[in-house]
Amino acid sequence: MEIRKNKKKDYEREGYVTDACPSFLNGTNRRSIIMKYQVQENCLTIYLPREVDHHNAEAMKREADKIIEKDHIKYIIFDFADTDFMDSSGIGVIMGRYKTICLIGGEIWAVHANKRIRKILTLSGMTKIMQIYEEEKV
Amino acid sequence: MKNTNEMEIIFDSRSSNEGFARVAVASFMTQLNPTVEEVSDVKTAVSEAVTNAIIHGYENEIHKISIFCQIEENQISVIVEDTGKGIENVEEAMQPMYTTKPELERSGMGFAFMEAFMDSVEVESEIGQGTKVKMKKTIGKGRESWTTQSL
Repeated sequence: MEIRKNKKKDYEREGYVTDACPSFLNGTNRRSIIMKYQVQENCLTIYLPREVDHHNAEAMKREADKIIEKDHIKYIIFDFADTDFMDSSGIGVIMGRYKTICLIGGEIWAVHANKRIRKILTLSGMTKIMQIYEEEKV
Repeated sequence: MKNTNEMEIIFDSRSSNEGFARVAVASFMTQLNPTVEEVSDVKTAVSEAVTNAIIHGYENEIHKISIFCQIEENQISVIVEDTGKGIENVEEAMQPMYTTKPELERSGMGFAFMEAFMDSVEVESEIGQGTKVKMKKTIGKGRESWTTQSL
């Protein structure tokens, strides 16, 4: 970390990751969407896509795990600002990441969750393991 | 006369078709004048059923999934059918948090979500023959249509 601090760009960066799905898994079907994220110190913010389903959850898991390992992530923030659809695959993403980082005493957060997303998180019991950050309370 | 309408779609069991499947059902149901909430409920349920067919029914092999939708009065029924490997114990599979593929980090909430978001969920399955998930939801329940009220 000491060495890196000289290079601000290195430890505080943003990235768009492309879905590098091995061709033997997915035929010739390659896409370039998936995950927008930001790393600050040991905190990873994942900006979730508009729709979180099984299709894009798989690639997101792979990317997130790579980053968690590489950057020694302890805190993960799931940003739902753009998200208006999520099914149980999204819950799988959150649960799996929580299992990894809770071993080192980490925490997960949800921000900008709309009513729908909050309902899904509550229904699946995720609210017990993650903090939902609420803003702009009237 | 009864208000009825039907549609059927058949598509490959590719995960990229999940979005297409739920949007197709969602746009078909707009004729019932549903709320945003009701559309989201049905979309989530369809997504769960299709995901199940892809990863459990066909175990990621590419075969056909069919969705049959029927509207009767203000009720929509959605039948998601695959001809995959079938479910051994339906009752057990429908338990929340139950999953046969823990290595995939699935949450085991698929059927629980379907049941939470639809009025009824029925599952018919036979080993080696496939699985049929029948879901029903009445749209506009407990909501009077303001257009019919006299002013």
